[in-house]
Amino acid sequence: MNRLLSRWLPVYAFLYIVFLYLPVIFLPIFSVNTSAVPQFPLSGLTTKWYKELPNTPALLDAAWNSLIVGVAAAILSTILGICAARAITRYRFRGRTAINGLIMAPLVLPEIIVAISLLIVLIQLGFSLSLFTVVLGHILICIPYSMTVLTSGFEGFDRSLEEASADLGESAFGTFRRVTLPMVAPAIISSLLVSFTISLDEFILAFFLAGTDATLPLYIWGQLRFAAKLPGVLALGTLLLVGSFLLVTIAEVIRRRAARRTQNEGGAIV
Amino acid sequence: MSDRPMIEIRNVTRSYGSFKALDDANLSIREGEFFSLLGPSGCGKTTLLRMIAGFDNPTSGSIFIDGQPMAGIAANRRPTNMVFQSYAIFPHLNVGENVSYGLKRLKLDAGEEKRRVEEALEQVSLTGLGQRGATELSGGQRQRVALARALVMRPKVLLLDEPLSALDKKLREQMQVELRRLQQAVGITFILVTHDQYEALAMSDRIAVMFGGKIAQVDAPQVIYQRPATRQVADFLGGMNFVKADVVEVNGETITLETLGFGRITTAKPAGFSGNGASTTLGIRPERLRVLWDEEKAKFEVAGKVIERHYFGEITQLVVAVDGLEKPLSVTETNDFGADDIPVGAPIRLGYDPDALVAMAD
Amino acid sequence: MTEAADETLPPARATRGHRKALLQSEQSKGFALISPTFAYALVLLVAPIIVVVAHSFWTQDYLTIDRTFTLENYRIALTEPIYRDLLMRSLVISLLVSFFTVILAYPIAFYISFHGGRHKGIWLFLITVPFWTSYLLRVMSWKVILGYNGVLNSGLMGLGIIDEPSTALLYNTTAVVITLTHAWAAFAVLPIFVSLEKIDRTLIEAAIDLGDGPVRRFLRVVLPLSLPGVIAALLIVMIPTVGDYVTPKLVGGKDGVMIANAIQAQFGKASNWPLGAALSVTTMAVVTTMAGGIVLLLRWSTRLMR
Repeated sequence: MNRLLSRWLPVYAFLYIVFLYLPVIFLPIFSVNTSAVPQFPLSGLTTKWYKELPNTPALLDAAWNSLIVGVAAAILSTILGICAARAITRYRFRGRTAINGLIMAPLVLPEIIVAISLLIVLIQLGFSLSLFTVVLGHILICIPYSMTVLTSGFEGFDRSLEEASADLGESAFGTFRRVTLPMVAPAIISSLLVSFTISLDEFILAFFLAGTDATLPLYIWGQLRFAAKLPGVLALGTLLLVGSFLLVTIAEVIRRRAARRTQNEGGAIV
Repeated sequence: MSDRPMIEIRNVTRSYGSFKALDDANLSIREGEFFSLLGPSGCGKTTLLRMIAGFDNPTSGSIFIDGQPMAGIAANRRPTNMVFQSYAIFPHLNVGENVSYGLKRLKLDAGEEKRRVEEALEQVSLTGLGQRGATELSGGQRQRVALARALVMRPKVLLLDEPLSALDKKLREQMQVELRRLQQAVGITFILVTHDQYEALAMSDRIAVMFGGKIAQVDAPQVIYQRPATRQVADFLGGMNFVKADVVEVNGETITLETLGFGRITTAKPAGFSGNGASTTLGIRPERLRVLWDEEKAKFEVAGKVIERHYFGEITQLVVAVDGLEKPLSVTETNDFGADDIPVGAPIRLGYDPDALVAMAD
Repeated sequence: MTEAADETLPPARATRGHRKALLQSEQSKGFALISPTFAYALVLLVAPIIVVVAHSFWTQDYLTIDRTFTLENYRIALTEPIYRDLLMRSLVISLLVSFFTVILAYPIAFYISFHGGRHKGIWLFLITVPFWTSYLLRVMSWKVILGYNGVLNSGLMGLGIIDEPSTALLYNTTAVVITLTHAWAAFAVLPIFVSLEKIDRTLIEAAIDLGDGPVRRFLRVVLPLSLPGVIAALLIVMIPTVGDYVTPKLVGGKDGVMIANAIQAQFGKASNWPLGAALSVTTMAVVTTMAGGIVLLLRWSTRLMR
């Protein structure tokens, strides 16, 4: 049994990774195919689908919208995440667990439920659907991820470090600038990158709350109806994939370095 | 060391709800003194230290440092510096940056700052390690950095919160000697919090023993060890034989007691003795009872029978049953005369000095 | 500062004031700090959900909402065959998906936790990376794979296994289950991994010492102790997938439509918010009940295994 396990588990692990990555790999492969039909064997290599991307005004608009929404959602959810993560890791107070559970809830709720609830309320409050309403929704679903990253970053932070700083004569603000900020900066940057990525790739909330302004996933969704547009979508998708991959990798590297420094292992993102 | 008080603790109480972490403490610590707060965990010693540092505030009562009342003065404005139990070395700074952390606020010129950092590193034998990263240090080195970082500020009082508890036994003993030497060299008042009685005895000028938020006794190490004021203090400082005694006469500073095993004893009256009790407790440390060999005589002696023998290398512990005593006596004897060969069951005579018998308030 | 002021106060008052301040400080500081985030969640999550529940008891006449209490929407949601079928199918799909993700995820979580050695972090990172890419794109890539002219069909034809493209691969329930299982893989691996990591390794040595073989010590020690992770994984996959919209829309075809598509229709073309709300509430209630039942069943069955 043991031998069986140690021989077959690595094989299984390898196959599992293949299963995870294989579907995703086809996007870049077919994005350089000359034929518009995603089919093997490839009919020839081309970069024309990529070259067409900057000449599509609707796409550029969507990219710009996504950038605005992503930056806004990342900054605001990280600020709200910092407050909550600091409160959770530093203070014990009544209702701590319940409040934490509520803040993390969007993680386990069907997105469509979150989306329609927000839609009803925002419309009844008189908001017209716009990028602003998308940002409101994105903040809600980004906070749990920000919280996870920030809480693990803050937990490695020994409270006596701040006391040591005060003991050595530093003021509250000075302590924040010289000790707290440098120590938690990696977690904050990590949280910004992660929530930007979530917002960039998010579809359902944007679908319900965006009104007439499209974000990149909405643009892709619109293009999927036309078979002829598929290669362009694949090219755009590939760029999004690479972008998300880079952002998440940078976030993880920063987080890991900081974790090694504060000797706090564990608490990986997600 | 001068007689000038550096720290005055007056009627200080710290309560959390109905629980009193520190209960009406009064203490005066002299300038240049190496003072220890000794007690089991939860006795309030760390609470008191943190209130002196300014990380916690008394519920009532007041603390004075060098004659100044500390109420309302935040930790960063107090003339104290602390060596934390976890050392709290800033992980994002190297050794030199850690040590100069507090100096940056003083806006010294670069040469002066550098000179003081180097001097502090030299004091703790870390010369040349200024560029070393904070996470590349051993436990002992971290402790030294924490010490240098506090000393470089030239505080009036240096506070040490269990600074040796994270070190292994050998390093701990070495650091005890070094800390004591360092304190004598710099002449700063040191306040050490510890639960290790040997550490407190080895390093301190005076010790305050604390239990349950109250200060039980404040004295020099020899007095604390040899003439503990209460059974609790006696027990915490090491093994002691307790004997029930009837009060015969109270006469000024002395007290005369009648015991079954040791007969009639006149000794110093314990500090907390109220005078109206009919009985009290006498104590004697196991090493103050001496085995009498063959025909050897002593002015004061008790006779009994060995019922247990435990070998500890350089010493042997004998458990001796004595007629009239409800509990057998514990005796420790060095092995150079063959105490490890005394057979269990053998009759034995023990000599003692009546001065070694201490009357204690329960 | 308050301490300075208290110096001059009579002792009794100072003590009382202090105690109150101390009890409050930890409580109030923590609460004050978390309150912006808490308020955000209250206003944009709790309040909206309450509004949805309220809507489910109202009716809509063209653009105006009639706020008379009625259970009509629930009657429709539970008895109309179309909604009943959609709900049932959604439940079956989410059950299958959560079952498959957990079954597939357990060995990999086990492998990383017990045999990952120094590379645990890298393994976890490898598993979470695809999850960070756009969900929409991942669903799309399955469409590319399973489609009529897709990778799988052309591959199978190229190998001579089939003569003409199979239509059985795309636009059905199976396609939805495969796509969702792939999409939620990371979510199942992580909780199981965390619960396996928490198991004290000496417990396993103790089981060996007491004579358990590999299978028995897995069933009697490792599995029961990792059950919280398995349960978390099941819930974290089951509840969100029941309301999935993109996957059925892209790869489900007629056969794979799920309840979320019906809910979306009520907020889009059909424009019947109250019915959409009732469908949402019903879905949540039913999936929560199902999840609760499965949790109880699992706990009960592992108790038997001991």
